[in-house]
Amino acid sequence: MTLEENTLDNLVSETEVQIKNTNGLHMRPAMQFVDAANRFECDITVSNDQASVDGKSIMQMTMLAATAGSKLKITARGPDAEQAVNVLRELVEEKNFNEKAPKARKKN
Amino acid sequence: MKVKNGIAVSPGIAMGKCLIIDSEDYLIPRRSIKPSQLRTEVQKVRNAFESAIEELTDVQERGNAQQAGIQQRQMKDIFAVHLRFLHDRSLRKRITDMVHTELVTAVYAVSKTLRDVASHFGRIKDPYISERAADIYDIERRLLRQLLGKKREDVKHLTEEVVIVARQLSPTQTAGFNREFVKGLAADAGGRTSHAAIVARSLGIPAVVALEDFTECVNGGDIVIIDGNRGVVIVEPDDETIELYRQYSSQFHQLGRKLDAIRQKPSVTRDGVKITLLGNIEFPDEAELVLGKGGEGIGLYRTEFLYLNSPTEPTEQDHYDAYAETVAAFKHRPVIIRTMDLGADKYTQSRRFVPEPNPFLGLRSIRFCLRNLGLFKTQLRAILRTSVLGQVKIMFPLITNTHELMQAKMILRDVMEDLDEASIEYNRNIEIGIMIETPSAALTASPLARDADFFSIGTNDLIQYTLAVDRGNEQVSTLYSAAEPAVLKLIRNVVQDACRAGIDVAVCGEMASEPDYIMLLLGLGIRTVSIAPAMIPEIKQVIRSVTIEHCNRLARNVLAMTSERQVSSFLRDAARKVLPEAF
Repeated sequence: MTLEENTLDNLVSETEVQIKNTNGLHMRPAMQFVDAANRFECDITVSNDQASVDGKSIMQMTMLAATAGSKLKITARGPDAEQAVNVLRELVEEKNFNEKAPKARKKN
Repeated sequence: MKVKNGIAVSPGIAMGKCLIIDSEDYLIPRRSIKPSQLRTEVQKVRNAFESAIEELTDVQERGNAQQAGIQQRQMKDIFAVHLRFLHDRSLRKRITDMVHTELVTAVYAVSKTLRDVASHFGRIKDPYISERAADIYDIERRLLRQLLGKKREDVKHLTEEVVIVARQLSPTQTAGFNREFVKGLAADAGGRTSHAAIVARSLGIPAVVALEDFTECVNGGDIVIIDGNRGVVIVEPDDETIELYRQYSSQFHQLGRKLDAIRQKPSVTRDGVKITLLGNIEFPDEAELVLGKGGEGIGLYRTEFLYLNSPTEPTEQDHYDAYAETVAAFKHRPVIIRTMDLGADKYTQSRRFVPEPNPFLGLRSIRFCLRNLGLFKTQLRAILRTSVLGQVKIMFPLITNTHELMQAKMILRDVMEDLDEASIEYNRNIEIGIMIETPSAALTASPLARDADFFSIGTNDLIQYTLAVDRGNEQVSTLYSAAEPAVLKLIRNVVQDACRAGIDVAVCGEMASEPDYIMLLLGLGIRTVSIAPAMIPEIKQVIRSVTIEHCNRLARNVLAMTSERQVSSFLRDAARKVLPEAF
């Protein structure tokens, strides 16, 4: 995690996360991510090797089509950047979007 | 430029702006606005989103109050997704940006943007996401409902030439088509004898069906080429392709003019046998097309348009006016009017409390009429009244046994008595025939021939019921074939029984309008066919180029074959030898 301080508005915070839940970043996790992102004031950008999208837009996040195991970079810019990045990282990695990770449970 | 392949079902080339019809009949034309209208249009976009959100939130809340079964929970999830999209600012911005930069209406920007998004989703490999394309279309419809409200335009009010694109076309939608403006059809679903194909052939416009996802590749207003000869459609063609198609089009017209030149020539084989060529029509104004192409009468006058084109049941006068116009134009030439043949469609289904699970095998057509005597008698009265104006014949569809035919004839006699009491004139000796379109009727043609004045073999449905294939289902439409030995056996059976009973037998299904099959039908003993008017010249050309002897030999060969593939390639080769330029 890096932290650059210019002004409060230009506070940038970044992190890399790995998608762990079974079906990747499909609808429900995308919705949770976007809901969480929208709670913050800062701009949030999510990127992989191919694209960079607005983390607050459900349309763009869905189009990112991040499958299980893929790595994403979350970049936040604004006064609450650090907080945003923390919350989002936790959502993706620790809570697995409140879903089970692969191999943890058989799907029925 | 995008090129897609489908099934060619009506010949010709059309190039023009496309108009997409979805199941709600929305027009989504590209319309430009002036800079002074920008503010209004952008506001329309905002209002549409807000109203849609309000509507959806309302639906969700009502859902919450009810029992939470699995389906309700799934609906809740779906609506939650839709709400997120409606709240997505970047989506809204994309739409309003389009309004600004391209100076187009709110409706168009909404539709185009959402279709682009849906199309993008559709291309993603992950099925969870590609399936979301359907959600995007749903959101599009919701927004369009807000934007178009009561001002919904429909296809009946076209003012410029268009090419129609749809998932599939129902009789309701095509009932409003005007040949002057509708220049071609492209459909995602359907096969050779789906409704879209039949309508295109009667209108004489090119059509390609079974394109699967074509509606997701186009936007209203795009230039589309429909190649009804090769089964290809092209969106936003490049200059080279446009030029190529201009050439194809002119070649095709030349061929057409050549065929039209034989309009005045008699429909007689090389060894002097007369074959009667009649036309199939759906609307009164196609009657002149039949005459124009050299047809000798109407072998099948489909009357469903009267029921589909209006919100209320047609009156006796409505029927009379429609039939009288056609009969008068034909004078002494036969006009065979088929009684109402509706079933698995909006008209009869919307009147149900519980939709039929299997409408094709349900209360449709003559069965529906026999249970709705008011409606049936109204049509019969009108037909009888027109019978004094010319050579009118009545035909009952979907008859499966003699009992049904007796019932229908009894009702007709009742109506005749009513007319007698009111001293209204009609032709007492009007000929009454039936369509042979079920295996049941084909196998018992002999007893049926005792009570019918003529037969008309409806090969479309006969093939469908015999092979157990839904002709409109693009998943199995390749299984549907007139070249199946089972079908040919049945046709031969019907012709033999009709000949023994001394009654006329015609073929009025699409099979008769295909050059590949006409020689076989002649060889099986058919001497009258009723086909799409546009095909009359070509079929006449084949008839004039063959001898009955040759056709008989061909039929004998074919009847000995056991595979559809063998039959169809044999017939194709035989037809190619007779009419090489058409291939």
